[in-house]
Amino acid sequence: MSQTAALNERIASPLGRPSYLADGVTLKSWLLTTDHKRIAILYMISITVFFFLGGSAAALIRYNLIVPEGMLRSAETYDRLFTMHGVIMVWFFLVPAVPVTIGNFVLPLMIGAHDLAFPKINLLSWYLFIAGGALALYALFAGGVDTGWTFYAPLSTDYAEGNVVLLVTGIFVSGFSSIATGLNFIVTIHRLRAPGMTWYRMPIFLWSLYSTSVIMVLATPVLAITLLLLAFERIFHVGVFDPRIGGDPLLFQHMFWFYSHPAVYIMILPGLGVVSEIIPAFSGKELFGYKFVAWCSIAIAVIGFFVWGHHMFVAGQSLYASVVFSMLSYFVAVPSAIKVFNWLGTLHKGYIRFDAPMLYALGFIGLFTMGGLTGLFLAALAADVHLHDTYFVVAHFHYIMVGGMVSAYFGALHYWWPKISGRIYPDMIARAAALLMFLGFNLTFFPQFILGYLGMPRRYHSYPPEFQVLHVLSSAGATILAVAYLMPLFYLTWSLFRGAGAPANPWDAKGLEWQTPSPPFTANFAVTPVVTEGPYAYPTPGTSQPHV
Amino acid sequence: MKFSLAEASANAAETDYLIAGFVAVSAAVLAVVFGLMLFYVVRYRHNSPIDRGQIAERSFRFEVSWTAATLLIFFGLFIWGSIMYVRLYLPPSNALKIYVVAKQWMWKAEHAGGQREIDTLHVPVNKPVELVMTSQDVIHDFFVPAFRVKRDVLPGQYETLWFRADEVGTYHLFCSQLCGTGHAAMIGSVVVLSDPDYAKWLAQNGTSDTLAQDGKQLFIRYGCSGCHNDHGTVRAPSLVGLYGSPVPLSNGTTVTADDRYIRDSILQPRSRIVASYAPVMPSFQGVISEGDLLKLVAYIESLGSENPP
Repeated sequence: MSQTAALNERIASPLGRPSYLADGVTLKSWLLTTDHKRIAILYMISITVFFFLGGSAAALIRYNLIVPEGMLRSAETYDRLFTMHGVIMVWFFLVPAVPVTIGNFVLPLMIGAHDLAFPKINLLSWYLFIAGGALALYALFAGGVDTGWTFYAPLSTDYAEGNVVLLVTGIFVSGFSSIATGLNFIVTIHRLRAPGMTWYRMPIFLWSLYSTSVIMVLATPVLAITLLLLAFERIFHVGVFDPRIGGDPLLFQHMFWFYSHPAVYIMILPGLGVVSEIIPAFSGKELFGYKFVAWCSIAIAVIGFFVWGHHMFVAGQSLYASVVFSMLSYFVAVPSAIKVFNWLGTLHKGYIRFDAPMLYALGFIGLFTMGGLTGLFLAALAADVHLHDTYFVVAHFHYIMVGGMVSAYFGALHYWWPKISGRIYPDMIARAAALLMFLGFNLTFFPQFILGYLGMPRRYHSYPPEFQVLHVLSSAGATILAVAYLMPLFYLTWSLFRGAGAPANPWDAKGLEWQTPSPPFTANFAVTPVVTEGPYAYPTPGTSQPHV
Repeated sequence: MKFSLAEASANAAETDYLIAGFVAVSAAVLAVVFGLMLFYVVRYRHNSPIDRGQIAERSFRFEVSWTAATLLIFFGLFIWGSIMYVRLYLPPSNALKIYVVAKQWMWKAEHAGGQREIDTLHVPVNKPVELVMTSQDVIHDFFVPAFRVKRDVLPGQYETLWFRADEVGTYHLFCSQLCGTGHAAMIGSVVVLSDPDYAKWLAQNGTSDTLAQDGKQLFIRYGCSGCHNDHGTVRAPSLVGLYGSPVPLSNGTTVTADDRYIRDSILQPRSRIVASYAPVMPSFQGVISEGDLLKLVAYIESLGSENPP
């Protein structure tokens, strides 16, 4: 917090009010704040810690796989590492990254509100998240868990050693953080929009946050029930999932994926929203097909609830269920494809600038498309029979989650950083990091598609020697990726102290958040803004020359 | 080091064609997406003096047709994949049946002739082979990449998988469902033998008793024969001719007496009572091991079927 204190002395708001960063400098003023912007900073610091913990586990996984017999001598250690990587990255980085962190900061600014509808519940969400995270970290470091992030029964309920109950308790607690935040966002969007901010004047990011919040509120309780039953069976031997005591192991998978498939959309929908903000801003042009894109967010959220069975094509569910889930999975791809098409339409005849956020957004389009297309391989039944539970699946979801969502998070961070910190970061090095991330990512994960096709199963501590070359390539890529992820940590921190002061609207972007000073003062707006135009009212090409 | 995977079963080549179809369509879509993206960002870079002309038209028709065309192509691939899957799901009736029991962390196979092996599976070339699989503990998964087949092996129930190997050779068998510490060590091999070699292997590894003969002894030892005998059908139905035939149940429905039904009826006899019999049979849950269960099922199967296929 001393960094922030040092920063505060040099920040004076243009309107003579203190910025939100300068409005109270004590630790208490941060830990008991109800300002959505400060809570966003609290989240940002926490998820950065989680990201580097989960990333370190990934680094050790890739280190282990350099040689066929495994660099880490023990399979127990390896199993604990990939469980730690999965649990931390899914529940303590990806789920809260864009929706909760970035969303917390910009949602009230974007609709012209002074804060979220329930500021105290917002703070409570963060404490629940931290409490759940602390429990999970304790469970992972004090002994660990080796079930993978999917906790399949009866392995998790009856056979696995380790702190399974403690870990699922951590996830259970942090789930309430998701539910509270989702509820808060939904109410805020319904009730606190500025005058003139109709639904169709809302930026796409808000549509995607709204869809995400609906999924959070509806799906997270199912996860909570599933984890509770898991803990019950493990502690009291109540037969729910283990067939030896009268349970059904497929029931666990149905319940788990009923949450975890929509959770994929909790993770990716806000990323789609971020890209829909960045592309128009750096093309100087209105978003192509606004209503299509807006309703596609809702469509993805709805259809996303009906495709969970595509995780279970070889698990023993019925033939008919598999065919129906396969077909529905093709429908959920349609709205995603429409979005990609509309981003390309936005680039057409634009005035395209290549600042760092735009490079992340363009990278996102490519990687997300690859992730989506390979998902269609896995949605086809006979292809899934061969590719299921191999590295092909690993590569597929990392293209969506890392290539897509992590790129979107870094894009969002670079886009709104001047607003959040009031500082400008060095542009060239930020562009270099974006390019390096794209290259490192592809080198890490593209070989895994081939590995998967060749039959390399997931979650193997050791492997037959014919897979080694591709594993080494992947590990080499991971090294580059690690460097690319460390770069923003340094130059963004540097910019806090040495960066030039940011103007209110450094990108010449539309949107209410750019009409307040950078950083905004605590109440966001001196006067409640009145909205008279759509979210992307950029000059129409061919009618006037925009800025250069 | 190799970048190709052996196609050693009847469906391997077709699976590869399906995947190649996806690769081709995906490559086309990626070419369009990356091509347009690069073309636009170069042509419409902010300092390019090119005349932008009028505003780009919002052509919903273009949007809908682009999406519909792509969906239609992928829908074709969906149907193809589903047809193959249905074929993979239903074993042919003349398949050679082999029982597989998985446990942490090994594969045990039991052949009809009483041959047993661990972490290896010998099968004849060019004959459909049906595996009836179950697990003694957690969920495992039987995966042979060269055959393009995979199936989870669950505790407490039978899952089946079939293939027809068409290349003699030795292929990887992987467990592909995380099953605990020894997951990566739960690998073995499937050995595909020519007919003479397979006959020789069977002869060399044969025991005095077949699986069904072992099952007959167990049938007596566990006391099954006390009620299910050939002489009377007073307390329990005779099992002669049961296998594969329809069984009318007391609740009015009918089931087919397959491996799963017989197994369930031994472990949970009260769940599906044969019509006109009293529910007097005790449960053998926890009494009979998975290995012995397979033998009993094999014995009951050997008693024949009223309606031979």
